[in-house]
Amino acid sequence: MSHHQLDARRMLCPMPVIRTQNFVAKLPAGDTVDVLCTDPGALHDIPAWCRIHGHEIIGTQEQDGELMISVRVGINAD
Amino acid sequence: MLATQAMLEQGIHVEGINFYTGFCVEGHTHAIRKKDKAKPKRNNALWVAEQLGIKLHIIDVIDEYKDVVINPKHGYGSNMNPCLDCKCFMVRKAHEWIKEHNFDFIITGEVVGQRPMSQRRDTMPVIQRESGAEDRLLRPLCAKILPATLPEREGWVDREKLFDFNGRGRKPQIALAEKMGISDFAQPAGGCCFLTDAAYSGKLADLWSARGERRYELDDIMLLKVGRHLRPRPHFKIIVGREEGENRFLEGYRKQFTHLYTISHPGPLVLLDGEANNDDLQLAAQLTARFSQGKMAETVRVELHEKGAAKRELDVAPLTNEEIPVEWYL
Repeated sequence: MSHHQLDARRMLCPMPVIRTQNFVAKLPAGDTVDVLCTDPGALHDIPAWCRIHGHEIIGTQEQDGELMISVRVGINAD
Repeated sequence: MLATQAMLEQGIHVEGINFYTGFCVEGHTHAIRKKDKAKPKRNNALWVAEQLGIKLHIIDVIDEYKDVVINPKHGYGSNMNPCLDCKCFMVRKAHEWIKEHNFDFIITGEVVGQRPMSQRRDTMPVIQRESGAEDRLLRPLCAKILPATLPEREGWVDREKLFDFNGRGRKPQIALAEKMGISDFAQPAGGCCFLTDAAYSGKLADLWSARGERRYELDDIMLLKVGRHLRPRPHFKIIVGREEGENRFLEGYRKQFTHLYTISHPGPLVLLDGEANNDDLQLAAQLTARFSQGKMAETVRVELHEKGAAKRELDVAPLTNEEIPVEWYL
């Protein structure tokens, strides 16, 4: 299992979700991704997208206007 | 949402597709503006998918969509909205998607007569034909007043359980939502595309006119959503942040644009788009001062960061309201 980082800063939603979706599609179950964002909408949208597709949010952090949303790729997700 | 629920109630597996064109309203301006911080920033497509318990695929069509906006075969609506071409494009993309992912047909929430361009009895067949989806496109909410489609003829869908809604009124949809137990839904009409907005369309037309050609990049259309836009001269315009959130958003573009801000008084960040000579820069500085808290002062000090040049400071007299022709405002 690998850990990855995805830079979606300065993008407005839904671009951070699209980037996450396309990135996660290439990963095996169990891999984790830290998605870096600046649009506060991502705090709602990425978790909603994860719930729909069977991925898990394992943490969110906010510092100096930057957000980090950590996602674990789900087993039966697509 | 209703069309999907109608399919789910027939035991049909449905997945959603949401196309991102760059012109979607969604929570963009809310996300940018500080004063809108309290407003919900949910993405309606994701929210609806979650309510319905279906998967949602969001597809970036920004580049492909340019041709729809720039060269609409069926023309524009009352603003720069190419609704019929847009619908043909999206159904065509959905048709490509279902073929690639082994789905059988497409549904939409369209209703005959609901929208003036893309949902008329004479234009709905155009969408089927030009998208290539033909009779694999089912409109469950008005299927009973349209010819039977493949999923109905094949018995994949029970036509008797579909609907015969038509016209602009939404009472039948609201009644159906109530019957289905759906009490919260996204804004039902328009309002989801900046191209239907007169002010936004005016700014896009100005952009093309100033460039002498009809083209755009994503940054262009994002910037049209933000700030106060003034074109004092044909060869340049300025974008003035209206509040802290917009200033912060515009800061991300500082490297790409000549930009100005006041240093003697609190004020906005101003981006300059175009080619400006020294007189133009002086004028831009005076406008920057006008929109600062020093607008009543005799002189305001402005820091100018000209693209490709060292920063410099200008002491300028703010323009008065009377000195700014209303035609400058886009």
